[in-house]
Amino acid sequence: MAAPLTLLLIVAVTIRAVLFRSSLAELIPERVEVVSPLNAWKRVVEGLALLDLGVSPYAGDVFHETPLIIYFFHFVSDYAEIVFMVMTRLVGCVFLLQFRKQKYALEAERYPLDCLELIRTPKEMYYIPLKVAMFYLLNPFTILSCVAKSTCGLNNAVIALFILCTVKGSSLMSAIFLALATYQSIYPLTLFAPALLYLLQRLYIPVNWQRSSFWLFTTQYTFMYLGSLCVMVCLSFFLLSSWDFLSSVYGFILSVPDLTPNIGLFWYFFAEMFEHFRLFFICVFQINVFFYTIPLSIKLKEHPIFLIFMQIAIISIFKSYPTVGDIALYMAFLPAWNHLYRFLRNIFLVSVVLLACSTLFPVLWHLWIYAGSANSNFYYAITLLFNVAQILLVSDYFYAYLRREHHLTHGLYLKRKDGSEATLVLK
Amino acid sequence: MCYIYSESFVAETNPVDAPSDNKADHVHDTMQNLDSRPAPYVKDQTQEAAEEERQWEATEVKEADHVPDTMQTPDVPPPTPAKDQFQEELVIRPLHSGDIYASFQFRTMWDTDFLRGSKVSHYRLFPKSLGQVISKFSVRELHISFTQGYWRTMQWGQPFLPSPPGAELWVWFQDTVTDVDGAWKELTNVLSGIFCASLNFIDSTNTVQPSASFKPLGLGNVTDQRFLRYAVLPREIVCTENLTPWKKLLPCGSKAGLAVLMKSEKLFHSSFHSQALHFRPVCQDWKCKSTVWELRQTLNVVFDLHTSGQGKREWSLFKMFSRTLTEACPLASSSKVYVDVTDNPQGELFELSPTTPLLSQAVVLGDRRTYSVYDLTNQATFGQTRSLNMLLRWRAAESGDMLRPLLHGERYVAGYGLQTGEIHTLMYNNHPYRAFPVLLLDTVPWYLRLYIHTLTVTSKGRDNKPSYIHYQPSKDRLRPHLLEMLVQLPPNSVTEVTMQFERALLKWTEYTPDPNHGFYVGSSVISALVPSVVAMDTNSTRECPLFSSFFPCKEESSYFMRVYTEPLLVNLPTPDFSMPYNVICLTCTVVAVGYGSLYNLLTRTFQVEEPSPGLAKRLANIIRRLRGVPLL
Repeated sequence: MAAPLTLLLIVAVTIRAVLFRSSLAELIPERVEVVSPLNAWKRVVEGLALLDLGVSPYAGDVFHETPLIIYFFHFVSDYAEIVFMVMTRLVGCVFLLQFRKQKYALEAERYPLDCLELIRTPKEMYYIPLKVAMFYLLNPFTILSCVAKSTCGLNNAVIALFILCTVKGSSLMSAIFLALATYQSIYPLTLFAPALLYLLQRLYIPVNWQRSSFWLFTTQYTFMYLGSLCVMVCLSFFLLSSWDFLSSVYGFILSVPDLTPNIGLFWYFFAEMFEHFRLFFICVFQINVFFYTIPLSIKLKEHPIFLIFMQIAIISIFKSYPTVGDIALYMAFLPAWNHLYRFLRNIFLVSVVLLACSTLFPVLWHLWIYAGSANSNFYYAITLLFNVAQILLVSDYFYAYLRREHHLTHGLYLKRKDGSEATLVLK
Repeated sequence: MCYIYSESFVAETNPVDAPSDNKADHVHDTMQNLDSRPAPYVKDQTQEAAEEERQWEATEVKEADHVPDTMQTPDVPPPTPAKDQFQEELVIRPLHSGDIYASFQFRTMWDTDFLRGSKVSHYRLFPKSLGQVISKFSVRELHISFTQGYWRTMQWGQPFLPSPPGAELWVWFQDTVTDVDGAWKELTNVLSGIFCASLNFIDSTNTVQPSASFKPLGLGNVTDQRFLRYAVLPREIVCTENLTPWKKLLPCGSKAGLAVLMKSEKLFHSSFHSQALHFRPVCQDWKCKSTVWELRQTLNVVFDLHTSGQGKREWSLFKMFSRTLTEACPLASSSKVYVDVTDNPQGELFELSPTTPLLSQAVVLGDRRTYSVYDLTNQATFGQTRSLNMLLRWRAAESGDMLRPLLHGERYVAGYGLQTGEIHTLMYNNHPYRAFPVLLLDTVPWYLRLYIHTLTVTSKGRDNKPSYIHYQPSKDRLRPHLLEMLVQLPPNSVTEVTMQFERALLKWTEYTPDPNHGFYVGSSVISALVPSVVAMDTNSTRECPLFSSFFPCKEESSYFMRVYTEPLLVNLPTPDFSMPYNVICLTCTVVAVGYGSLYNLLTRTFQVEEPSPGLAKRLANIIRRLRGVPLL
């Protein structure tokens, strides 16, 4: 395991180092697909420049990072490239660690015999962490995001650390990293439910409203989470001695005032929105991100890791300023679900669409912004298609996961009452 | 005298005791270093110089003791301590490009005390409509200008009063005003009504509070920028409907006096047109015991008679304005026409008829000029025909050399595409050996997101670090960027200021009706104390006593100057304005696809399908069976 991992790291570092030194290093940070107003490196530098001028970075509408980030980069801005490389490394290694721990209890006698082919062999499991790390480190989306020095890489690292701590069962560290991720960009708030479910599962505490142990642990975890979140917010306040950052960071994420094009659904929708419906639709779109948490938690309460994947995917599709770095994060999970491939319905179509869209983004952007021969609708159409593809991908995995669960309990080859081969339908 | 006028700018640029923040103080210090003489001393000097000049002019030129009244601060005591006063004046300067520059100035003095709560209801010379507004909103100083066209400094030299293209408004409120923003909002709306202009488009997104560039020009030492508001509307188009209300503010209207020349079809058939109104408190008498309010209305216009006159270089009042002068305004205490004859001391360049015995000299913007003066209050001026129609005919094909303006600015946008761009501001110091500092003020709308870390200032290929930077970043849909810098311009150099910006995509309702025309960015303002050119011409052919020209005397050593650069026109990316419904429907569909597919999986369970499948499904199942994967 160590040799392929070292090789992987060397390859990943080499690719990034070459890109950092190439002429693309100036082009990539300008790409709207790779950086958003929230995490562009140019804006971090601007925030630092404002700080040097004695102006609060939140006095303007250019800087939207959290205060801790700006003070972090205040000290390491000269080594930014290294920091971003290390952060990506970190994510890769973290993924490597976490899935080693995540093994399925192969209680074969509990399942019907013909389901054995659905259950992964230890040999398959052995290579999953490496595949996950490879999927993340060598994903072009991650590489672009890293070369653009998008702070999205940092957020991904925080979320990855959170998953690692959760999987390892360290509830305190898990709460701290979850709070950090929430502090960075509100949306990881929805990861609270899967984390709690996973930790409960690990401690063999059943999710039962009548049990005091359930309530005790839930309160404990909530308290740790809220406490660390509170500490971070107060620390930010004391660093800048003003609350300006709340509206400038969280208000900015929630009310979507910056309509710079990106790969998400928000920008064109709110550029074209009628003024008196704006508030209504902002509420609808933002609630949409958080809405799936409860039904998904109920449906997937036995499978918190898959729930984490679903939540991260939903966040990265429906968040207000998505970038390709966010997509790379949930795509890194895909190798972990390689046992679902046989149940995926339209993986080929979706991958082709995703690939085609990724290449069409820069083309149509160029036609709109530089050549002037296309208009905004072209780029918008591609973002729509890209998002449909992502939605299909996620729901396909969800379908496959549920179907596999069904087969695990009912057997793989189902028979109708008359003995002929049956087909499964959702009803 | 004219130099006193420029001097008064200097004196007031120099704050006496400014109760403002440290940053502004720093600038004040710098400006004070340039000109650290205290105000009373300025007055004495001015007075001495005035007397001195009067003396030698009196011996040299016949009847030259009558100095241009209209352009002076009240250091010559008015003959009678009249309460209100009105003066009018027209300066005509043939420009070196062959164009004619005509500048009207009307000054109304208002001796009233509307501040002390006494309600003013009686108006004589001062326009009532304006007086009521000023007293209602407790305005201390008001400067408003409407300009059509751009003043070409390199061809035309310096204007008497610079103004940016479009509308410019800056107001100092009294320090008793508590809600400055509210007063400003109301005032702009009222002024919009008075001048029939779009001043009501002034809101928080184009209003700034400059910390150093716009100091009060009148009396008073409040320099706290909280009471200052500055806004420019570069898109404003100036036309007849703005001129008519402006003329109505004059005591004689356009019925008599110089204002009869203002026929709009001629005034707007010109290369440059600028009308302005300045209101400020000034001293009433020598000792400055009490203040009066001065309303100065100016109208500057540049005619291109050279091209319209079939190549003949000659002009007359009638050609320019299609009117001649017949009388002075009866209410005016002085009414004069000046013609700049500096380049023509012996009459070899052009001939001016009718001739006038009156000559006057003045230092205007650091340059000593000679003027022929026509006094309209004197009936003899009109001669036999009872009308005055000055005629100037050029003899030589070439006009004399123009002194290059010592300071001028240019601005442009660099870059291509609709994503990013770069604003370049060029500031030229044409002085051969003197460096001087300038204050650069840039107001950039919020939809061009400036990146201050990309700011570079280079002179002569080297980095020129500004000694003072006041930067206020923009807030989306709330306030513009404000950048003020104090930059030292090395002698004979070009200083280039560059800054990158990003173009924002706006909401579809925020675009102007012609979005692909582009968005205007107001002019940069360059304010400077410029070393005078008087000391530069060593072999002056103009006759001038030796004792007056050895040490650079104070008035001539430096003068205040303000230069406006071109406004910018920047294109922004636009959405498709025709399809809000489509976008709303399509995006909502995608969200619904996401919601629907998840809802489907969340609420349903897998069951074995009993009825026979359809044709499509059967075909799919056949293929699936061949592939060896589970059936649908």
